[in-house]
Amino acid sequence: MKTFSLIIVLLFGSLLVYCTLDFPSWGDPTAPASLHVSPRYIEQTLDETSVPNIVTAVLADYRSYDTMFETIVIFTAGVACIILLRTYQRKKQLGGMYRHVPTGITLRFKEDVQLPKDSKEFEHIDLEWVPYDIIIKTACRLIVPFSQIFALYVIAHGHHSPGGGFQGGVILGASVILFAISHNLRATLGRISERAVALLCGLGVFMYAGTGLICMIFGANFLDYSALAHLLPLSPVAARSFGILIIEIGVGIAVMAVMIQLYYNLASAGKHDEGL
Amino acid sequence: MIVDAVTLLLVSKINYWIYIVLMMLGLYAMMTKKNLVKKIIGMNILQTAVILFFISISAKNNATIPIIEHGQTSSHSGVQAVDYINPLPHVLMLTAIVVAVATLGVALALVIKLFNQYGTLEEDEIIARLEE
Amino acid sequence: MIWQIELIILIAVVICGIGAIAVRDLLGAAILFGAYSFMMCLLWAIMGAVDVAFTEASVGAGVSTVLFVATVFRTSRRTKD
Repeated sequence: MKTFSLIIVLLFGSLLVYCTLDFPSWGDPTAPASLHVSPRYIEQTLDETSVPNIVTAVLADYRSYDTMFETIVIFTAGVACIILLRTYQRKKQLGGMYRHVPTGITLRFKEDVQLPKDSKEFEHIDLEWVPYDIIIKTACRLIVPFSQIFALYVIAHGHHSPGGGFQGGVILGASVILFAISHNLRATLGRISERAVALLCGLGVFMYAGTGLICMIFGANFLDYSALAHLLPLSPVAARSFGILIIEIGVGIAVMAVMIQLYYNLASAGKHDEGL
Repeated sequence: MIVDAVTLLLVSKINYWIYIVLMMLGLYAMMTKKNLVKKIIGMNILQTAVILFFISISAKNNATIPIIEHGQTSSHSGVQAVDYINPLPHVLMLTAIVVAVATLGVALALVIKLFNQYGTLEEDEIIARLEE
Repeated sequence: MIWQIELIILIAVVICGIGAIAVRDLLGAAILFGAYSFMMCLLWAIMGAVDVAFTEASVGAGVSTVLFVATVFRTSRRTKD
């Protein structure tokens, strides 16, 4: 079996080598790939959308159908992860490991226990609990707000510098994941609940498609942002730039929510009780 | 003479040769590795090899990154296509990377589900369990 | 574009890729895959694809490594090959 696979892989590789011999050499400006559509994008983008970053303009304006369905693919992946993994417990189990904070003693209950209601002395901990490291906890607490500010900057400044909705959304999601790793999953779920994450997933896609629908209401094509000029005191060119910003925010929300959702489900194997 | 030609061929298309190596590596891992997580890593290597190929297509000598320089206000002030790298493959690959992580999430969810069902990640052990 | 730097990074990419599929420990494979993604991101930054490099740095080297580690935490580290 191994030699058979090796033969197939080598055949595949030699076929690719044979095809590559006909390629134009690397960095050739007259290569066929650089001659057809892209010169128009490079030369007309600034006139038509007033966005200096050509990648953002092509992503969110010229090829926005493509990006919209990519966002829907990501949304679908989040939904698929819930369907595959999420398990709901009928009864909330109260047994488990509790830690008495002032003394540091860990208690394990096999049956349901009734703890004093608003007592801060007992803390529910994971089965594979390791003592918190003060250095890691403090460092991550410091990093999280700065990375969130940076993510907002990346989303908002995507017109003029590398960045945009996808990158900013992933960084926002990563900041929440960092919080979950340095503390625990239960604390994170207390800040961003599962319901909020699921709603944000839908909200991002809805913002994207809704912008397209608003454009249709004003008589333009789906996702033709120059129609937003009827709604706002902007010229059609500036309206296109503004429309790009709106859908970048939508993409950012959807991507952030899906990343958090994937993490929640994978780290707790669908139980959402304890995790990494 | 022939040595020079071969060196030129190797140097002028080095990205393409590396992408072929990575693609073979990913395909080999997907075909022969028994562990499911290893298979997923092979799939991701294959994906990045394809992305490397697309990005290599877009490169241009003596050109800058596809962000129009500050101070340019319209195309009449001289935005030339040869001065900027082809942005179209970048756009396609940017979305491909994010979709890759979404598919990775679904694949890993399936792996966890299989582990909960069969208690192993090895493909041959799972098949042996199925045949019991 | 400096081809010497690019050559070094290309070799590092191939080494990390081979390491990620050859190492007999899934946690090590996940970490090596993160290193592979980061090398790939450097390569794209050198080739001028800044947006793609940015995405790969946040997605490939960040979130997918975390997802792999979470999966290994929930399943097992053991692998036969």
